[in-house]
Amino acid sequence: MPRRIFVTGMGIITGIGNGLSETKDSLFHLRTGISKPRFLKTNLKDEVLVSEVKYSLEESFLLANIPFTEGYSRNALLGIIAAKQAYIDARIKDFPGMRTGLISATTVGGMDRCELYYEDFLSNDSKNIYIDSYDCADSTEKIADILEIKDHITTISTACSSSANSIQLGARLIRNGDLDRVIAGGTETLTKFHLNGFNALKILDKEPCKPFDEHRNGINLGEGAAYLVLESENSIKISGNQVICELTGWGNSCEAFHQTASSPDGIGAYLAMKKALDMSGLKEPDIDYINAHGTGTDNNDVSEGRAIERLFGSEVPPVSSTKPYTGHTTSAAGATEAIISILCLTEHVIWPNLNFSEQMKELHFAPVKELIKNKKINTVMSNSFGFGGNDTSLIFSRVHKT
Amino acid sequence: MPAYINGIGMISPQKTVETNGFLTEIMDYDAEYLSCIEPSNYKLYIDPIQSRRMNRLIKMGIASAKLCLEESGCTMPDAIITGTGLGSVEDTEKILGTIHLEQPFLNPTPFMQSTYNTISSQIAIQLKCHNYNSTYVHRTFSFESSLQDALLQIVEGTANDVLAGGIDEMTLNHLAITRRLGHWKTTPVNNLQLLNWNTPGSMAGEGAGYFLFSTKKQPSSYARILDVKCLYKPVNMDEIKHQITRMLAVSGLTVSNIDLLLLGLNGDNRNDLVYSDFANCIFQDAPLAYYKHLCGEYHTASAFALWLTANILKEQKIPELIRVNEKSREPVRHILIYNQYYNVNHSFILVSSV
Repeated sequence: MPRRIFVTGMGIITGIGNGLSETKDSLFHLRTGISKPRFLKTNLKDEVLVSEVKYSLEESFLLANIPFTEGYSRNALLGIIAAKQAYIDARIKDFPGMRTGLISATTVGGMDRCELYYEDFLSNDSKNIYIDSYDCADSTEKIADILEIKDHITTISTACSSSANSIQLGARLIRNGDLDRVIAGGTETLTKFHLNGFNALKILDKEPCKPFDEHRNGINLGEGAAYLVLESENSIKISGNQVICELTGWGNSCEAFHQTASSPDGIGAYLAMKKALDMSGLKEPDIDYINAHGTGTDNNDVSEGRAIERLFGSEVPPVSSTKPYTGHTTSAAGATEAIISILCLTEHVIWPNLNFSEQMKELHFAPVKELIKNKKINTVMSNSFGFGGNDTSLIFSRVHKT
Repeated sequence: MPAYINGIGMISPQKTVETNGFLTEIMDYDAEYLSCIEPSNYKLYIDPIQSRRMNRLIKMGIASAKLCLEESGCTMPDAIITGTGLGSVEDTEKILGTIHLEQPFLNPTPFMQSTYNTISSQIAIQLKCHNYNSTYVHRTFSFESSLQDALLQIVEGTANDVLAGGIDEMTLNHLAITRRLGHWKTTPVNNLQLLNWNTPGSMAGEGAGYFLFSTKKQPSSYARILDVKCLYKPVNMDEIKHQITRMLAVSGLTVSNIDLLLLGLNGDNRNDLVYSDFANCIFQDAPLAYYKHLCGEYHTASAFALWLTANILKEQKIPELIRVNEKSREPVRHILIYNQYYNVNHSFILVSSV
């Protein structure tokens, strides 16, 4: 009997709020984080919509409870804020003897400072302290140092599925007996670098994004950070932590089709979902809700939609993308949306797919349009499908009190 | 659970690709940094229409992955895992060079190819491999993390054959920038003299190394990988000693079983003190060797160390110019690779003969 993996802590900061309480409130009140860029100084400010964390760099220091220090990227700060929340939520400090890992994920790393200071890096020594903060490991090590986690730390970068992969790796390390508990997730802050990059790919929507809509036009980028605490059963016996839910399945597959596109039938997406389902021991009808990757691009939504239909046949469960709320938080999306999916379990709700009006011709299902409250939800599936075809699906289940 | 190294593809500053024999010719350089001797013709590995649009790092990654798979006889790995510290530096710089002007990108290709997971992904596209795929990006833990994931896949029973690699590149721009932090020697040096200076700074390098780890032993098997351990900010040498002793014990070994200790000495006299302490405290009797004079210092240099280790175990031959002390043991059955980065990231790879 493989070790069971339980979620005992969560931390999140996105365009729809800092912390679980604010996040829940925004979700219930259909309040989006998407607007014109206000914090990122960009030439694209009148051409794109984004979902920004509504705090400046200086305010982020306050939220992270760190005195202003040179060498910190906004990316690291968002990560620290969310990871700390999860750490406190799971009372990690109270039980120091247990083997604890930190698996984080990011793709931009410290680019938010690096792109401002690159000219200095080339010509003078005034910004040297930011040079080493450029890479992906920097935010992870800053989080590890503040939370005093040392037993196992690493960083994953698989584009939009990055932090979902953090979660599956954390689970596997616990299941293998290497660790007792893991803080797993990711952080991604908006940068001119990737905003312009996505813009060059012509997949940004000038309007609020409309996942799974026949007239969708692309992505609104978002930013944020989110972490789960995963614990083994043994660890919970010691910590006495309340179980939020159980991570019952995960699946990682590769589209292997094209660097920036999924295949028309979404083989990678299908395999990731199927692997997760097979691992969980559950069957298709057991999935009560799918939090789709649903970016709003032509390509993803048809690919993912077909993959869902292939797996679930004519019995597709309620599906929605919550990216119209948070934007596409790229490397943080996996963990952010895992938490949003878990909130469906804890709040007995299905979040709507905002901005939807017309069903896609290619699909036989439409996403959930309205908020559905007082819904019996026992199992949710959360999808994250990234550029490069890195596809990961996670399944979370309610734990019934015996 | 045994994990055999059944194939290797290594592109490095030494003649490690399209060559006969194991380090039969040593490349020495008087250079700012060591750069790779790449395959003479990428057409052998990648369709020319595709490769025209690929950056250098992706080409090196695909070529070394394909060489590895060919040698192993495995055509479809159960998992593809890459470790890279910095990804495509070249493409990142192309964008950063003008980002302050924030002109529209006319060509999205550098952006796409600057993402860290592009190498694992492009290898999968070449093979049409839908299996597990991941990328680790944690400084000198990057390659080790990919090894740990590979071994975990095998232990979990989800994979019999895993392709895992470590890849990084260096550019003149990046060298200049990191020189500000004192990472490198201040003037070009000869790589084979790397340990002779007793000055701060090392010599940068680069490389692409992919390995096929398998549950199946076969004639092409180089060695067995037993364990991989990463230590983050160990408090002192006692802690390191404790962890290493335990790591060896799990594999049924003690310190005295290590026939060769392959150290990441990099010529930076501040950094190298840690290795002296380590050898003196824990491995007083072990034959010692080093490798970064051959490949340079970069986040995934331990991939080169593993290539070297695998060849030593297979050939039962230790190249003289990697020796650090006079001690010697035959046969060479167990090698421990130890690398550390500014006393922050310490990593160990334990390898045995087949």
